[in-house]
Amino acid sequence: MNNHYQLLVIGGGPAGLAAATTAAERGVTCALLDEQPTPGGQIYRAIEAIPEQRAKLLGPEYLRGRKLVNEFRQSAAEYFPETQVWSIDKEHQAGLLHNHQAHFITADQIIIASGAMERPVPFPGWTLPGVMQAGAGQILFKSAGIVPDNGVVLAGSGPLLLLLAWQYLHAGVEIRVLLDVTPFANHLQALPELPRALLAYRYLSKGIAYQLELKRAGIPIMFGVSDLTAEGNERLQRVRFSHAGKRKSIVSELLLTHFGVIPHIWLTQAAGCKHRWDNSQQCWRPELDDWGNTDIEGILVAGDGAGIYGARAAEHAGRLAGLQVLSALNVISRQERDQLSRKDRKRLHEERHIRPFLEAYFHLPDNLLATPGNDTIVCRCEEVTAGQIREAVAAGHENSNQVKFFTRCGMGPCQGRQCANAVAHIVADARGKSVAETGLFRGRPPVSPLTLGQLAQLPKKGTA
Amino acid sequence: MFKQLPADETEIIGIVFNGKALQAPKGISVAAAILSRNPDHTRTTPVTGSKRLPFCMMGVCYECLMVIDGQANRRACATYVEEGMRIETQLGVGPALALEGGGSE
Repeated sequence: MNNHYQLLVIGGGPAGLAAATTAAERGVTCALLDEQPTPGGQIYRAIEAIPEQRAKLLGPEYLRGRKLVNEFRQSAAEYFPETQVWSIDKEHQAGLLHNHQAHFITADQIIIASGAMERPVPFPGWTLPGVMQAGAGQILFKSAGIVPDNGVVLAGSGPLLLLLAWQYLHAGVEIRVLLDVTPFANHLQALPELPRALLAYRYLSKGIAYQLELKRAGIPIMFGVSDLTAEGNERLQRVRFSHAGKRKSIVSELLLTHFGVIPHIWLTQAAGCKHRWDNSQQCWRPELDDWGNTDIEGILVAGDGAGIYGARAAEHAGRLAGLQVLSALNVISRQERDQLSRKDRKRLHEERHIRPFLEAYFHLPDNLLATPGNDTIVCRCEEVTAGQIREAVAAGHENSNQVKFFTRCGMGPCQGRQCANAVAHIVADARGKSVAETGLFRGRPPVSPLTLGQLAQLPKKGTA
Repeated sequence: MFKQLPADETEIIGIVFNGKALQAPKGISVAAAILSRNPDHTRTTPVTGSKRLPFCMMGVCYECLMVIDGQANRRACATYVEEGMRIETQLGVGPALALEGGGSE
């Protein structure tokens, strides 16, 4: 690894791969830093080494990642797996951890393609062993061929839940029930967005086909579910929920939940980039121009880390960011950049047709996001409950950061990644404000943990 | 809770979990290798001692912190199994950090 590259790309998913390939093809020195051991991101995880039989179970959309990874491998971009980036600053210096050693490297341009994470939504019992996120189930399946053994309950809202159910069905997993918490009122709310979504009929028809196939296979699907609760003595034993006006329960040792995905913004936050609250996607996202430029010169964001539009859109956005970098480095002119970007810009526009409909259809109710019930743990690390957060608000603490100082909520190892949004919603709800006003926890480097030994071995900043 | 689908031609390596020798397919994460053995928990919390298992499997929740080769607080989902790796359940904050190059023997 050199001390300096013209371009540093962070993240090995579709956006990062496309961006790095685009830049490297034009002779730009480029390093791609990836947390994972192989390229593909979460969406195409383990795509290079996966046994053919397992790849087939994951569906055709997964196999699409092969081309992207092959093109990247053939490019001159350098690939650094199992590399954590723990800081980025305005001077384009990145702190990273590679082979158990901390380094600083610099770059003329940085593209952050850190992707998405599951939206954490606290509910009673969500910390019990046996409760995991649906994405976790899918990662175990893709990367290790590990699937539920003794039945599983799937619960939540959003396309991934349906996709995972379909993948599990084909892998012979017993799905006890799929509990859909999408409110019925959303169907009407989403209706005005349907005409534009029809332009992306491919996604709509796939969703419908998955649902029909699950029904034909006899998988029980319950709609309009609420009050999801995980119960058990030291581990999950039962899932309780409200459905059709009745309180019901089902025995299960595994519950996989999904409440949509949100951009992973910890690096852009640590870099000091400007972010805004997106009411439709119900998440914070960095403020960007049409090329992915943040408000800090030479730092760009591409893919789902910039806002949720899916894997194909991420690929196009990655190429656009790559072209912008080439233009900023004077490898191509602005005219060439605009010319070369036409196809990807058109495709990106097409990929976004489905989004307003999906965002309205899967919009989560505010009362779910604001953690009803005082006993529910909100901060998994420091074990701070919703009630303690409400007490802090009642005592006069009026934004997320004040609540954090007062309760330690968000000060554990995950640094608030799991509780930040819930805290913002609880504070907003209690004070009758908007989430945009209550704000997000401040993010500071290191955004992932280093040992003191690794820190001590770091050369002084700027001397690397 | 979990099972491994019949593997094709995967190289198998040896790891040690809480003193017990186990086999695991090369290249999978420590969290995946341990979850496939259906443990009761992989850590207890420092605050109340409650039991936890991995939650997100993608490096963001820090629920999968374990003691790996003597070093506490390592994310089992972002660490990959290696021949002879020693993996232990992390109790609370885990053992005091081993000195660099020291290990926990």
